[in-house]
Amino acid sequence: MTDPIVKIEGLHKRFGDNEVLCGIDLEIAEGEVVCLIGPSGSGKSTLLRCVNLLETPTEGSITAAGHDMTGPDADLDLARRDIGMVFQHFNLFSHMTILDNLVVPQRRVCKIPKDEAVAEARRLLAEVGIEGKERAKPSQLSGGQQQRVAIARALAVKPRLMLFDEPTSALDPEIVGEVLTVMKGLAAEGMTMLVVTHEMGFAREVADRVLFLDGGVIVEQGPPAEVLTAPKTERARSFLHRVLHPVD
Amino acid sequence: MDAATETAPARARMTARQRRRLARGVQYAVIVAVVAALAAAADWDRIAASFFQLDIAADMFPAVWTSFWNTIVYTVLAFAFGMVVGVPIALMRVSAFGPYRWFATAYVEVFRGLPALLVLFLVGFGVPQAFPGIQYPGGVYGQVAIGLGLTSSAYIAESVRAGIQAVPKGQVEAARSLGMGHTRTMVTVVLPQALRIVVPPLTNELVMLTKDSSLVFVLGVTTATMELSKFARNELTDTANATPLLVGGLLYLLLTIPLGLLARRLENREDKR
Repeated sequence: MTDPIVKIEGLHKRFGDNEVLCGIDLEIAEGEVVCLIGPSGSGKSTLLRCVNLLETPTEGSITAAGHDMTGPDADLDLARRDIGMVFQHFNLFSHMTILDNLVVPQRRVCKIPKDEAVAEARRLLAEVGIEGKERAKPSQLSGGQQQRVAIARALAVKPRLMLFDEPTSALDPEIVGEVLTVMKGLAAEGMTMLVVTHEMGFAREVADRVLFLDGGVIVEQGPPAEVLTAPKTERARSFLHRVLHPVD
Repeated sequence: MDAATETAPARARMTARQRRRLARGVQYAVIVAVVAALAAAADWDRIAASFFQLDIAADMFPAVWTSFWNTIVYTVLAFAFGMVVGVPIALMRVSAFGPYRWFATAYVEVFRGLPALLVLFLVGFGVPQAFPGIQYPGGVYGQVAIGLGLTSSAYIAESVRAGIQAVPKGQVEAARSLGMGHTRTMVTVVLPQALRIVVPPLTNELVMLTKDSSLVFVLGVTTATMELSKFARNELTDTANATPLLVGGLLYLLLTIPLGLLARRLENREDKR
Protein backbone atom coordinates (compact mmCIF):
# COMPACT_ATOMS: atom_id res chain seq x y z
CA MET A 1 0.00 0.00 0.00
CA THR A 2 1.27 3.43 -0.97
CA ASP A 3 1.52 6.36 1.42
CA PRO A 4 -1.71 8.26 2.05
CA ILE A 5 -2.02 11.51 0.06
CA VAL A 6 -3.46 13.28 3.09
CA LYS A 7 -2.41 12.49 6.63
CA ILE A 8 -3.81 14.48 9.53
CA GLU A 9 -2.73 13.76 13.10
CA GLY A 10 -4.04 15.26 16.31
CA LEU A 11 -5.51 18.32 14.61
CA HIS A 12 -6.99 20.97 16.90
CA LYS A 13 -8.26 24.37 15.81
CA ARG A 14 -9.37 27.07 18.20
CA PHE A 15 -10.82 30.49 17.39
CA GLY A 16 -10.26 32.31 20.66
CA ASP A 17 -11.99 30.22 23.32
CA ASN A 18 -14.05 28.34 20.77
CA GLU A 19 -12.54 24.96 19.93
CA VAL A 20 -13.84 24.06 16.47
CA LEU A 21 -11.74 20.97 15.85
CA CYS A 22 -10.97 18.78 18.84
CA GLY A 23 -8.47 16.20 17.73
CA ILE A 24 -8.91 14.96 14.19
CA ASP A 25 -6.96 11.99 12.81
CA LEU A 26 -7.53 11.23 9.15
CA GLU A 27 -5.78 9.47 6.30
CA ILE A 28 -6.91 9.63 2.71
CA ALA A 29 -5.53 7.28 0.06
CA GLU A 30 -4.64 8.39 -3.44
CA GLY A 31 -7.74 8.32 -5.67
CA GLU A 32 -10.15 8.15 -2.77
CA VAL A 33 -13.31 10.30 -2.68
CA VAL A 34 -14.20 11.30 0.86
CA CYS A 35 -17.36 13.21 1.73
CA LEU A 36 -17.59 15.22 4.94
CA ILE A 37 -21.08 15.57 6.33
CA GLY A 38 -22.41 16.95 9.57
CA PRO A 39 -24.50 19.73 11.08
CA SER A 40 -23.47 23.36 10.55
CA GLY A 41 -20.81 24.42 13.01
CA SER A 42 -19.49 20.88 13.26
CA GLY A 43 -16.11 21.95 11.84
CA LYS A 44 -16.35 20.40 8.35
CA SER A 45 -15.28 23.53 6.48
CA THR A 46 -12.60 24.36 9.01
CA LEU A 47 -11.15 20.86 8.64
CA LEU A 48 -11.12 21.25 4.87
CA ARG A 49 -9.50 24.69 5.07
CA CYS A 50 -6.82 23.34 7.38
CA VAL A 51 -5.68 20.85 4.73
CA ASN A 52 -4.28 23.64 2.53
CA LEU A 53 -3.54 25.89 5.50
CA LEU A 54 -6.12 28.55 4.65
CA GLU A 55 -6.71 28.10 8.36
CA THR A 56 -3.65 27.62 10.52
CA PRO A 57 -4.05 24.66 12.86
CA THR A 58 -3.67 25.39 16.55
CA GLU A 59 -2.16 21.95 17.13
CA GLY A 60 -1.40 18.84 15.14
CA SER A 61 0.33 17.93 11.92
CA ILE A 62 -0.87 17.79 8.34
CA THR A 63 0.78 16.21 5.34
CA ALA A 64 -0.90 16.71 1.99
CA ALA A 65 0.16 15.78 -1.55
CA GLY A 66 3.64 15.00 -0.34
CA HIS A 67 4.11 18.31 1.48
CA ASP A 68 4.61 18.68 5.19
CA MET A 69 2.09 21.52 5.55
CA THR A 70 2.67 22.19 9.24
CA GLY A 71 6.45 21.74 9.21
CA PRO A 72 8.80 24.63 9.89
CA ASP A 73 10.11 24.69 6.32
CA ALA A 74 6.76 24.36 4.60
CA ASP A 75 6.58 26.22 1.27
CA LEU A 76 2.83 26.76 1.26
CA ASP A 77 2.70 28.44 -2.16
CA LEU A 78 4.40 25.46 -3.73
CA ALA A 79 2.27 22.99 -1.78
CA ARG A 80 -1.04 24.69 -2.63
CA ARG A 81 -0.44 24.13 -6.35
CA ASP A 82 -0.87 20.46 -5.64
CA ILE A 83 -4.08 21.02 -3.66
CA GLY A 84 -6.95 22.48 -5.68
CA MET A 85 -9.78 24.20 -3.86
CA VAL A 86 -13.36 24.96 -4.90
CA PHE A 87 -15.38 27.39 -2.79
CA GLN A 88 -19.04 27.71 -1.95
CA HIS A 89 -19.17 31.17 -3.55
CA PHE A 90 -16.96 30.26 -6.55
CA ASN A 91 -14.58 33.20 -5.97
CA LEU A 92 -13.72 33.59 -9.64
CA PHE A 93 -11.49 36.61 -10.23
CA SER A 94 -14.21 39.11 -11.03
CA HIS A 95 -12.03 41.55 -12.98
CA MET A 96 -10.77 38.88 -15.39
CA THR A 97 -12.44 37.15 -18.31
CA ILE A 98 -13.35 33.49 -17.97
CA LEU A 99 -10.35 32.54 -20.10
CA ASP A 100 -7.97 34.69 -18.04
CA ASN A 101 -9.25 33.10 -14.85
CA LEU A 102 -7.67 29.90 -16.14
CA VAL A 103 -4.73 31.36 -18.05
CA VAL A 104 -3.36 33.80 -15.46
CA PRO A 105 -2.84 31.22 -12.68
CA GLN A 106 -1.03 28.89 -15.11
CA ARG A 107 1.24 31.68 -16.31
CA ARG A 108 1.90 33.37 -12.97
CA VAL A 109 2.10 30.28 -10.79
CA CYS A 110 3.43 27.59 -13.08
CA LYS A 111 5.27 29.89 -15.54
CA ILE A 112 3.66 28.17 -18.50
CA PRO A 113 4.04 29.99 -21.85
CA LYS A 114 0.95 31.84 -23.02
CA ASP A 115 0.05 29.64 -26.02
CA GLU A 116 0.22 26.50 -23.95
CA ALA A 117 -1.77 28.05 -21.10
CA VAL A 118 -4.52 29.22 -23.45
CA ALA A 119 -4.74 25.81 -25.12
CA GLU A 120 -4.95 24.08 -21.75
CA ALA A 121 -7.57 26.58 -20.53
CA ARG A 122 -9.74 25.88 -23.59
CA ARG A 123 -9.40 22.14 -23.09
CA LEU A 124 -10.45 22.42 -19.43
CA LEU A 125 -13.38 24.73 -20.19
CA ALA A 126 -14.62 22.28 -22.79
CA GLU A 127 -14.25 19.48 -20.28
CA VAL A 128 -16.55 21.21 -17.78
CA GLY A 129 -18.98 22.11 -20.56
CA ILE A 130 -18.33 25.86 -20.82
CA GLU A 131 -18.15 26.91 -24.47
CA GLY A 132 -18.25 30.33 -26.09
CA LYS A 133 -17.89 32.22 -22.81
CA GLU A 134 -14.15 32.86 -22.98
CA ARG A 135 -14.47 36.64 -23.22
CA ALA A 136 -17.31 36.91 -20.69
CA LYS A 137 -16.84 38.18 -17.15
CA PRO A 138 -17.78 35.84 -14.27
CA SER A 139 -20.79 38.01 -13.34
CA GLN A 140 -22.34 37.28 -16.75
CA LEU A 141 -22.49 33.55 -16.01
CA SER A 142 -25.00 31.59 -13.98
CA GLY A 143 -23.94 30.20 -10.63
CA GLY A 144 -23.64 26.70 -12.03
CA GLN A 145 -21.49 27.91 -14.90
CA GLN A 146 -19.30 29.92 -12.53
CA GLN A 147 -18.76 26.92 -10.29
CA ARG A 148 -17.81 24.75 -13.26
CA VAL A 149 -15.30 27.41 -14.35
CA ALA A 150 -13.99 27.48 -10.78
CA ILE A 151 -13.40 23.73 -10.91
CA ALA A 152 -11.60 24.13 -14.24
CA ARG A 153 -9.49 26.93 -12.78
CA ALA A 154 -8.47 24.79 -9.82
CA LEU A 155 -7.50 22.00 -12.24
CA ALA A 156 -5.45 24.39 -14.38
CA VAL A 157 -2.48 24.30 -12.02
CA LYS A 158 -2.50 20.47 -12.04
CA PRO A 159 -3.39 19.58 -8.46
CA ARG A 160 -3.04 16.04 -7.14
CA LEU A 161 -5.86 16.51 -4.68
CA MET A 162 -9.06 18.56 -4.77
CA LEU A 163 -10.91 20.14 -1.85
CA PHE A 164 -14.56 21.14 -2.30
CA ASP A 165 -16.14 23.42 0.31
CA GLU A 166 -19.92 23.06 -0.09
CA PRO A 167 -19.63 23.53 -3.85
CA THR A 168 -23.38 23.41 -4.51
CA SER A 169 -24.76 25.15 -1.41
CA ALA A 170 -25.02 28.57 -3.11
CA LEU A 171 -26.74 27.21 -6.21
CA ASP A 172 -30.39 27.04 -7.18
CA PRO A 173 -31.64 23.47 -6.84
CA GLU A 174 -32.15 22.93 -10.57
CA ILE A 175 -28.51 23.68 -11.42
CA VAL A 176 -26.90 21.68 -8.65
CA GLY A 177 -26.85 18.68 -10.97
CA GLU A 178 -24.58 20.20 -13.62
CA VAL A 179 -21.87 20.84 -11.02
CA LEU A 180 -22.24 17.41 -9.42
CA THR A 181 -21.93 15.82 -12.87
CA VAL A 182 -18.57 17.54 -13.39
CA MET A 183 -17.42 16.39 -9.96
CA LYS A 184 -18.54 12.85 -10.68
CA GLY A 185 -16.52 12.89 -13.90
CA LEU A 186 -13.49 14.07 -11.97
CA ALA A 187 -13.90 11.28 -9.44
CA ALA A 188 -14.18 8.77 -12.25
CA GLU A 189 -10.84 9.99 -13.64
CA GLY A 190 -9.27 9.00 -10.35
CA MET A 191 -8.86 12.41 -8.72
CA THR A 192 -8.51 12.34 -4.95
CA MET A 193 -11.33 14.45 -3.54
CA LEU A 194 -12.31 15.72 -0.13
CA VAL A 195 -15.83 17.14 -0.32
CA VAL A 196 -17.84 19.02 2.28
CA THR A 197 -21.42 18.57 1.13
CA HIS A 198 -25.06 18.36 2.03
CA GLU A 199 -25.83 16.39 -1.13
CA MET A 200 -26.47 12.96 0.35
CA GLY A 201 -27.29 11.56 -3.09
CA PHE A 202 -23.87 12.55 -4.35
CA ALA A 203 -22.18 11.15 -1.25
CA ARG A 204 -24.01 7.87 -1.59
CA GLU A 205 -23.20 7.49 -5.27
CA VAL A 206 -19.68 8.84 -5.57
CA ALA A 207 -17.96 8.71 -2.19
CA ASP A 208 -15.70 5.84 -1.23
CA ARG A 209 -15.99 6.89 2.38
CA VAL A 210 -18.28 9.20 4.32
CA LEU A 211 -17.15 11.02 7.45
CA PHE A 212 -19.74 12.30 9.90
CA LEU A 213 -18.41 15.24 11.90
CA ASP A 214 -20.07 16.70 14.96
CA GLY A 215 -18.71 18.97 17.66
CA GLY A 216 -15.24 19.01 16.11
CA VAL A 217 -14.67 15.25 16.13
CA ILE A 218 -15.19 12.49 13.59
CA VAL A 219 -18.14 10.70 15.13
CA GLU A 220 -18.52 8.01 12.52
CA GLN A 221 -16.99 6.97 9.23
CA GLY A 222 -17.22 4.23 6.67
CA PRO A 223 -18.58 3.37 3.23
CA PRO A 224 -21.63 5.49 2.32
CA ALA A 225 -23.91 2.45 2.35
CA GLU A 226 -23.09 1.96 6.04
CA VAL A 227 -22.91 5.51 7.34
CA LEU A 228 -25.83 6.89 5.35
CA THR A 229 -28.19 3.95 5.58
CA ALA A 230 -27.35 2.31 8.88
CA PRO A 231 -25.53 4.82 11.08
CA LYS A 232 -24.20 3.32 14.28
CA THR A 233 -24.39 6.41 16.46
CA GLU A 234 -27.48 8.22 17.61
CA ARG A 235 -26.01 11.60 16.62
CA ALA A 236 -25.51 10.53 13.01
CA ARG A 237 -28.93 8.91 12.93
CA SER A 238 -30.73 12.04 14.09
CA PHE A 239 -28.68 14.27 11.76
CA LEU A 240 -29.48 12.11 8.74
CA HIS A 241 -33.11 11.97 9.73
CA ARG A 242 -33.27 15.76 9.87
CA VAL A 243 -31.54 16.11 6.48
CA LEU A 244 -33.62 13.50 4.71
CA HIS A 245 -36.95 14.38 6.35
CA PRO A 246 -36.83 18.12 6.99
CA VAL A 247 -40.56 18.43 7.73
CA ASP A 248 -41.81 15.87 10.20
CA MET B 1 -72.15 73.90 15.05
CA ASP B 2 -69.49 76.55 15.43
CA ALA B 3 -66.89 77.67 12.89
CA ALA B 4 -64.04 75.52 14.25
CA THR B 5 -65.82 72.22 13.80
CA GLU B 6 -66.95 73.29 10.35
CA THR B 7 -63.41 73.88 8.95
CA ALA B 8 -61.98 70.62 10.31
CA PRO B 9 -63.95 68.35 7.98
CA ALA B 10 -63.18 70.79 5.13
CA ARG B 11 -59.44 70.24 5.67
CA ALA B 12 -59.91 66.55 5.99
CA ARG B 13 -61.57 66.57 2.58
CA MET B 14 -58.26 67.66 1.01
CA THR B 15 -56.46 64.54 -0.14
CA ALA B 16 -52.78 63.92 0.60
CA ARG B 17 -52.02 64.65 -3.01
CA GLN B 18 -53.80 67.99 -2.94
CA ARG B 19 -51.94 68.95 0.21
CA ARG B 20 -48.60 68.09 -1.41
CA ARG B 21 -49.51 70.18 -4.44
CA LEU B 22 -50.47 73.12 -2.24
CA ALA B 23 -47.21 72.92 -0.27
CA ARG B 24 -45.20 72.84 -3.47
CA GLY B 25 -47.13 75.83 -4.87
CA VAL B 26 -46.32 77.85 -1.76
CA GLN B 27 -42.60 77.04 -2.07
CA TYR B 28 -42.55 78.09 -5.73
CA ALA B 29 -44.28 81.36 -4.85
CA VAL B 30 -41.70 82.14 -2.15
CA ILE B 31 -38.78 81.44 -4.50
CA VAL B 32 -40.25 83.62 -7.25
CA ALA B 33 -40.81 86.44 -4.78
CA VAL B 34 -37.22 86.27 -3.47
CA VAL B 35 -35.71 86.20 -6.95
CA ALA B 36 -37.92 89.10 -8.08
CA ALA B 37 -36.95 91.16 -5.02
CA LEU B 38 -33.23 90.53 -5.61
CA ALA B 39 -33.55 91.35 -9.31
CA ALA B 40 -35.33 94.60 -8.50
CA ALA B 41 -32.80 95.59 -5.84
CA ALA B 42 -29.68 94.81 -7.91
CA ASP B 43 -27.92 97.50 -9.93
CA TRP B 44 -27.76 95.61 -13.21
CA ASP B 45 -25.70 98.13 -15.08
CA ARG B 46 -23.08 98.09 -12.41
CA ILE B 47 -22.98 94.30 -12.27
CA ALA B 48 -22.69 94.11 -16.04
CA ALA B 49 -19.91 96.70 -15.98
CA SER B 50 -17.98 94.73 -13.34
CA PHE B 51 -18.34 91.21 -14.68
CA PHE B 52 -19.36 91.26 -18.31
CA GLN B 53 -16.90 93.47 -20.17
CA LEU B 54 -16.57 91.57 -23.42
CA ASP B 55 -13.53 93.54 -24.61
CA ILE B 56 -11.67 92.80 -21.37
CA ALA B 57 -12.61 89.13 -21.66
CA ALA B 58 -11.43 89.07 -25.28
CA ASP B 59 -8.13 90.71 -24.35
CA MET B 60 -7.33 87.79 -22.01
CA PHE B 61 -7.05 85.51 -25.01
CA PRO B 62 -4.88 83.87 -26.12
CA ALA B 63 -2.56 84.55 -23.15
CA VAL B 64 -4.95 82.84 -20.73
CA TRP B 65 -4.41 79.49 -22.43
CA THR B 66 -0.86 79.29 -21.06
CA SER B 67 -2.17 79.57 -17.51
CA PHE B 68 -5.04 77.21 -18.31
CA TRP B 69 -2.54 74.68 -19.60
CA ASN B 70 -0.32 75.16 -16.54
CA THR B 71 -3.30 74.48 -14.27
CA ILE B 72 -3.77 71.16 -16.05
CA VAL B 73 -0.07 70.33 -15.92
CA TYR B 74 0.21 71.13 -12.19
CA THR B 75 -2.87 69.04 -11.46
CA VAL B 76 -1.64 66.06 -13.46
CA LEU B 77 1.86 66.24 -11.98
CA ALA B 78 0.58 66.45 -8.41
CA PHE B 79 -1.87 63.61 -9.06
CA ALA B 80 0.87 61.45 -10.58
CA PHE B 81 3.10 62.07 -7.56
CA GLY B 82 0.13 61.40 -5.28
CA MET B 83 -0.51 58.03 -6.94
CA VAL B 84 3.13 56.97 -7.01
CA VAL B 85 3.45 57.67 -3.28
CA GLY B 86 -0.15 57.01 -2.22
CA VAL B 87 -0.52 53.44 -3.54
CA PRO B 88 2.58 52.13 -1.69
CA ILE B 89 1.44 53.96 1.45
CA ALA B 90 -1.95 52.24 1.10
CA LEU B 91 -0.19 48.86 0.77
CA MET B 92 1.84 49.65 3.89
CA ARG B 93 -1.37 50.56 5.72
CA VAL B 94 -2.72 47.04 5.22
CA SER B 95 0.63 45.31 5.73
CA ALA B 96 0.99 42.59 8.34
CA PHE B 97 4.35 44.12 9.29
CA GLY B 98 3.82 46.58 12.16
CA PRO B 99 6.46 49.23 11.39
CA TYR B 100 5.12 49.65 7.82
CA ARG B 101 1.63 50.14 9.21
CA TRP B 102 2.78 52.65 11.83
CA PHE B 103 4.78 54.66 9.33
CA ALA B 104 1.94 54.75 6.81
CA THR B 105 -0.59 55.74 9.48
CA ALA B 106 1.64 58.58 10.70
CA TYR B 107 2.25 59.71 7.12
CA VAL B 108 -1.47 59.84 6.33
CA GLU B 109 -2.37 61.61 9.56
CA VAL B 110 0.33 64.24 9.06
CA PHE B 111 -0.31 65.12 5.44
CA ARG B 112 -4.08 64.90 5.74
CA GLY B 113 -3.95 67.13 8.79
CA LEU B 114 -1.77 69.89 7.32
CA PRO B 115 -3.16 72.62 5.04
CA ALA B 116 -2.03 72.15 1.44
CA LEU B 117 -0.78 75.73 1.46
CA LEU B 118 1.56 75.09 4.39
CA VAL B 119 2.96 71.95 2.77
CA LEU B 120 3.55 73.94 -0.41
CA PHE B 121 5.43 76.58 1.61
CA LEU B 122 7.46 73.84 3.29
CA VAL B 123 8.48 72.34 -0.03
CA GLY B 124 9.03 75.66 -1.77
CA PHE B 125 10.87 77.54 0.99
CA GLY B 126 11.43 75.36 4.08
CA VAL B 127 13.26 72.52 2.39
CA PRO B 128 15.55 74.72 0.22
CA GLN B 129 16.53 76.61 3.34
CA ALA B 130 17.26 73.49 5.33
CA PHE B 131 19.11 71.82 2.47
CA PRO B 132 20.89 74.57 0.56
CA GLY B 133 21.63 73.72 -3.04
CA ILE B 134 18.68 71.38 -3.38
CA GLN B 135 17.31 71.33 -6.92
CA TYR B 136 13.79 70.19 -7.67
CA PRO B 137 13.55 68.43 -11.00
CA GLY B 138 11.74 70.70 -13.47
CA GLY B 139 12.05 73.73 -11.18
CA VAL B 140 8.64 75.00 -10.13
CA TYR B 141 6.98 71.98 -11.77
CA GLY B 142 8.88 69.66 -9.45
CA GLN B 143 8.03 71.82 -6.45
CA VAL B 144 4.34 71.71 -7.32
CA ALA B 145 4.32 67.98 -8.00
CA ILE B 146 5.80 67.32 -4.56
CA GLY B 147 4.18 70.23 -2.69
CA LEU B 148 0.63 69.45 -3.76
CA GLY B 149 1.32 65.75 -4.31
CA LEU B 150 2.25 65.10 -0.67
CA THR B 151 -1.15 66.22 0.56
CA SER B 152 -2.86 64.43 -2.27
CA SER B 153 -0.97 61.19 -1.63
CA ALA B 154 -2.42 61.03 1.88
CA TYR B 155 -5.98 61.22 0.55
CA ILE B 156 -5.21 58.82 -2.30
CA ALA B 157 -3.66 56.37 0.17
CA GLU B 158 -6.83 56.39 2.27
CA SER B 159 -9.04 55.86 -0.78
CA VAL B 160 -6.90 53.00 -2.08
CA ARG B 161 -6.76 51.38 1.37
CA ALA B 162 -10.56 51.44 1.51
CA GLY B 163 -10.58 49.91 -1.98
CA ILE B 164 -8.19 47.13 -0.98
CA GLN B 165 -10.32 46.31 2.03
CA ALA B 166 -13.45 46.28 -0.13
CA VAL B 167 -12.11 43.43 -2.26
CA PRO B 168 -13.89 40.29 -1.03
CA LYS B 169 -11.77 37.99 1.12
CA GLY B 170 -12.71 35.04 -1.11
CA GLN B 171 -10.72 36.58 -3.97
CA VAL B 172 -7.57 36.42 -1.85
CA GLU B 173 -8.34 32.89 -0.67
CA ALA B 174 -8.88 31.72 -4.25
CA ALA B 175 -5.56 33.23 -5.34
CA ARG B 176 -3.65 31.79 -2.38
CA SER B 177 -5.20 28.35 -2.85
CA LEU B 178 -3.93 28.37 -6.45
CA GLY B 179 -0.41 28.81 -5.14
CA MET B 180 0.01 32.57 -5.63
CA GLY B 181 2.21 34.18 -3.02
CA HIS B 182 1.23 37.21 -0.97
CA THR B 183 2.80 39.78 -3.31
CA ARG B 184 1.61 38.00 -6.44
CA THR B 185 -1.94 37.94 -5.05
CA MET B 186 -1.78 41.65 -4.27
CA VAL B 187 -0.52 42.58 -7.74
CA THR B 188 -2.60 40.17 -9.83
CA VAL B 189 -5.88 40.00 -7.96
CA VAL B 190 -6.36 42.58 -5.20
CA LEU B 191 -4.90 45.82 -6.57
CA PRO B 192 -6.59 45.69 -10.00
CA GLN B 193 -9.96 45.25 -8.30
CA ALA B 194 -9.21 47.83 -5.60
CA LEU B 195 -8.18 50.47 -8.13
CA ARG B 196 -11.38 49.85 -10.08
CA ILE B 197 -13.38 50.41 -6.92
CA VAL B 198 -11.60 53.69 -6.13
CA VAL B 199 -11.78 55.30 -9.58
CA PRO B 200 -14.74 57.51 -8.56
CA PRO B 201 -13.12 58.87 -5.37
CA LEU B 202 -9.85 59.34 -7.25
CA THR B 203 -11.67 61.38 -9.89
CA ASN B 204 -12.99 63.58 -7.10
CA GLU B 205 -9.43 63.92 -5.81
CA LEU B 206 -8.49 65.16 -9.28
CA VAL B 207 -11.20 67.84 -9.02
CA MET B 208 -9.85 68.92 -5.63
CA LEU B 209 -6.33 69.10 -7.03
CA THR B 210 -7.48 71.19 -9.99
CA LYS B 211 -8.73 73.77 -7.52
CA ASP B 212 -5.76 73.43 -5.15
CA SER B 213 -3.42 74.21 -8.06
CA SER B 214 -4.50 77.82 -7.49
CA LEU B 215 -2.17 77.79 -4.45
CA VAL B 216 0.88 77.53 -6.66
CA PHE B 217 1.14 81.34 -6.95
CA VAL B 218 2.77 81.44 -3.49
CA LEU B 219 5.91 79.89 -4.99
CA GLY B 220 6.45 83.03 -7.07
CA VAL B 221 5.65 82.21 -10.65
CA THR B 222 6.56 83.84 -13.95
CA THR B 223 4.31 84.48 -16.94
CA ALA B 224 5.36 81.12 -18.32
CA THR B 225 4.59 79.14 -15.17
CA MET B 226 1.51 81.03 -13.98
CA GLU B 227 -1.71 79.11 -13.37
CA LEU B 228 -5.28 80.23 -13.96
CA SER B 229 -6.14 81.94 -10.67
CA LYS B 230 -2.97 83.99 -10.56
CA PHE B 231 -3.46 85.03 -14.19
CA ALA B 232 -7.05 86.10 -13.52
CA ARG B 233 -5.99 88.04 -10.45
CA ASN B 234 -3.26 89.87 -12.38
CA GLU B 235 -5.78 90.81 -15.03
CA LEU B 236 -8.14 91.97 -12.30
CA THR B 237 -5.47 94.32 -11.01
CA ASP B 238 -4.49 95.54 -14.48
CA THR B 239 -8.01 96.27 -15.67
CA ALA B 240 -9.60 97.17 -12.32
CA ASN B 241 -12.47 94.98 -13.44
CA ALA B 242 -13.88 91.64 -12.25
CA THR B 243 -14.51 90.17 -15.72
CA PRO B 244 -11.20 88.17 -15.66
CA LEU B 245 -12.39 86.38 -12.52
CA LEU B 246 -15.55 85.29 -14.32
CA VAL B 247 -13.56 84.06 -17.31
CA GLY B 248 -11.10 82.24 -15.03
CA GLY B 249 -13.96 80.69 -13.10
CA LEU B 250 -15.62 79.45 -16.27
CA LEU B 251 -12.35 77.88 -17.39
CA TYR B 252 -12.09 76.00 -14.05
CA LEU B 253 -15.61 74.71 -14.52
CA LEU B 254 -14.62 73.61 -18.01
CA LEU B 255 -12.23 71.20 -16.26
CA THR B 256 -14.08 70.27 -13.08
CA ILE B 257 -17.63 69.73 -14.33
CA PRO B 258 -16.67 67.08 -16.92
CA LEU B 259 -14.56 65.36 -14.24
CA GLY B 260 -17.50 65.43 -11.86
CA LEU B 261 -19.81 63.98 -14.50
CA LEU B 262 -17.23 61.32 -15.28
CA ALA B 263 -16.98 60.39 -11.61
CA ARG B 264 -20.74 60.03 -11.37
CA ARG B 265 -20.91 57.89 -14.50
CA LEU B 266 -18.16 55.63 -13.19
CA GLU B 267 -19.98 55.33 -9.88
CA ASN B 268 -23.17 54.28 -11.64
CA ARG B 269 -21.28 51.75 -13.70
CA GLU B 270 -19.75 50.39 -10.50
CA ASP B 271 -23.21 50.04 -8.94
CA LYS B 272 -24.46 48.02 -11.89
CA ARG B 273 -21.71 45.43 -11.65
